[in-house]
Amino acid sequence: MQKELFDYILRLADNSLIHGQRLAEWCGHGPVLEEDIALSNTALDFIGQATNLYKYAAELEGQDRDEDQIAFLRDADAYFNLILLEQPNGDYAFTMARQFLFTMWYYLVLEQLTNSKDSFLSGFAQKSIKEVKYHVIHSRDWILRMGDGTEESHQRIQSAFDSIWEYTPEMFEMDDLEKQMSEQGIGVDLLALRPTWRSQVEAVLQEATLTTPADAWGHSGGKRGRHSEHLGFILADMQYLQRAYPGAKW
Amino acid sequence: MVNPSPDIDIIWDWMKQVEDPEIPVLNVLDLGIVRSIAWSPEQVLEISITPTYSGCPAMKTIETDIGEILEENGITRYQIKTVLAPAWTTDWMSEEGRLKLHQVGIAPPVGVSADKGLLMGKIRTVRCPICGSEDTSMISQFGSTACKALYRCENCLEPFDHFKCI
Ligand SMILES: [Zn+2]
Repeated sequence: MQKELFDYILRLADNSLIHGQRLAEWCGHGPVLEEDIALSNTALDFIGQATNLYKYAAELEGQDRDEDQIAFLRDADAYFNLILLEQPNGDYAFTMARQFLFTMWYYLVLEQLTNSKDSFLSGFAQKSIKEVKYHVIHSRDWILRMGDGTEESHQRIQSAFDSIWEYTPEMFEMDDLEKQMSEQGIGVDLLALRPTWRSQVEAVLQEATLTTPADAWGHSGGKRGRHSEHLGFILADMQYLQRAYPGAKW
Repeated sequence: MVNPSPDIDIIWDWMKQVEDPEIPVLNVLDLGIVRSIAWSPEQVLEISITPTYSGCPAMKTIETDIGEILEENGITRYQIKTVLAPAWTTDWMSEEGRLKLHQVGIAPPVGVSADKGLLMGKIRTVRCPICGSEDTSMISQFGSTACKALYRCENCLEPFDHFKCI
């Protein structure tokens, strides 16, 4: 089994699953009905993408685990998602700021992955990028609307960006696994994406009359299974059923 | 007596009976989600389908429904495979499918899916399926299902779904 590729696929899959799970928490709690529906749809896209990735991971592993077992029977230290994505939803401004920063990055990553030498990954990226395009548009609209809106909406979205910024450097971190995958033409040179991401984000924030925070210290460790305290709570909620009734099916 | 290995053309025709559970006016051929049908050398029928969206909850039902049609027609050895590449696009939707959507009040996809302008904030004109007016506005990028957006007609004031272009 190609252990490195398996781990790399899990990073992508865990990002999608944890992000989808967080967005799904808005179901029934959206600020207006249309947004409730929009976020539930978006969550579904991410959980669907995660399913596709876990299926492939299970295939690579070649043991008896299926996608559900990989998702529901791993503990926090075996999850490799970005710490950004496990942060609690906060208010709608925080959720949209996180959605915007993540999907702007993810769009660029998927664009590169469409050329991956791994044929599954390239097909996966061609499919998923179409969905992520709509996620970018949706969150960007909200950044503009809140930034260039009322005094309160402006202040809320600005403080969302200010508090979330320290979770963004991890997106561009190139550890040994990222380097190896990038050198083999399977993965992505994340560092090379940073200037594009930064300038695209800055352009939208400027249009929204917001200030882009300065780069400084950032959290790190999610990619290697070292998480904030929040991930454990997400997993407890998400995994409860499969832990209590192993193998339960719909 | 059923022919044990019917022609591929006949099997394609059966697929017209498989509805999209979310928009039952469309069948799987209208949507363009059946990508290939072939007999393997071992006489196993192999059908490839592709999801419209990664998280489309209708895929499981569609797979089951295809299996049922095959079994009703006496085919027991078959395999239904989900493929991701090439990625589904609204460009594959049949003309008949677009017309059917229009008739039930859903504005069909417009333009070509490869248009990158959308990401830059470009907005496409969507015609109201009820009165035909082009004076419409988008209420939400995401409608009752992942594949639809919610619009409103400024002329007849009716809200309507638009099957978005991907
Ligand atoms: Zn109208």
